[in-house]
Amino acid sequence: MVTNVSSFGRSGLFDWVVQRVSAVILASYTLCILSTLLLNPDMTYPEWQLVFDSFSMRFFTLLTLLAILAHGWIGMWTISTDYLTTRMMGGKGTVLRIGFQLLCIGLTLLYLVWGIDILWGN
Amino acid sequence: MFLFNFGANVKDNRPVNLDFTTFKLPLPAITSILHRISGAILFFGIAGLLYLLDTSLGSPEGFASVTEWLGNPIVKLVIWAGVAALLYHLIAGVKHLIMDLGIGETLSGGVLGAKIVIVLAVLSIVVAGIWIW
Repeated sequence: MVTNVSSFGRSGLFDWVVQRVSAVILASYTLCILSTLLLNPDMTYPEWQLVFDSFSMRFFTLLTLLAILAHGWIGMWTISTDYLTTRMMGGKGTVLRIGFQLLCIGLTLLYLVWGIDILWGN
Repeated sequence: MFLFNFGANVKDNRPVNLDFTTFKLPLPAITSILHRISGAILFFGIAGLLYLLDTSLGSPEGFASVTEWLGNPIVKLVIWAGVAALLYHLIAGVKHLIMDLGIGETLSGGVLGAKIVIVLAVLSIVVAGIWIW
């Protein structure tokens, strides 16, 4: 197997599996939240708080944040290695790509920590 | 974005055509690029969703302001755009999972799958718009 530093030592098959498992988690959470909002159009603050007070919802939300971390990273990595290249962008391609990838890693870690803070910080 | 620099940084002389203006994109290619674009929108849009969740759960006042924002027509438009990206990405993603099961992998199956994705996405986005307004 060919690996180099810019592939971060991962394999395509591993990414393929992670992308699909995380997709199922994200789809389930999306349907869960959308149906909660659809079925309760006039929700009050105590009701809304109660939704995120349960352990199961906190667990599901944390699982979703982890799925976003994996799924978002694989997706943004794919986009960046397709378009932010020296072939597409000229000499700055590599700098642009690495910069963009670092931004994505930073942002997705921020999402995770922020989410944990929202769920357990109060 | 699509400015190409041929030759200067290419290590070999293989002919490569990446000039998208000369491509004729078939429907499955259009649904594929939309899947990427919607995914990128969602990735950055999550910041907004977390901000709304943080504010609405933080205090009764925060919940009241989020409810007030959601009544604003411009906010409604942004939410609709985000929900549209979410619904499209979800539907196109489910098509991917179905194709992973070996269904619709032929050329004609791929075109049919792309058509179904477009129809379902447009329908669900219209319904979402009605729900938001």
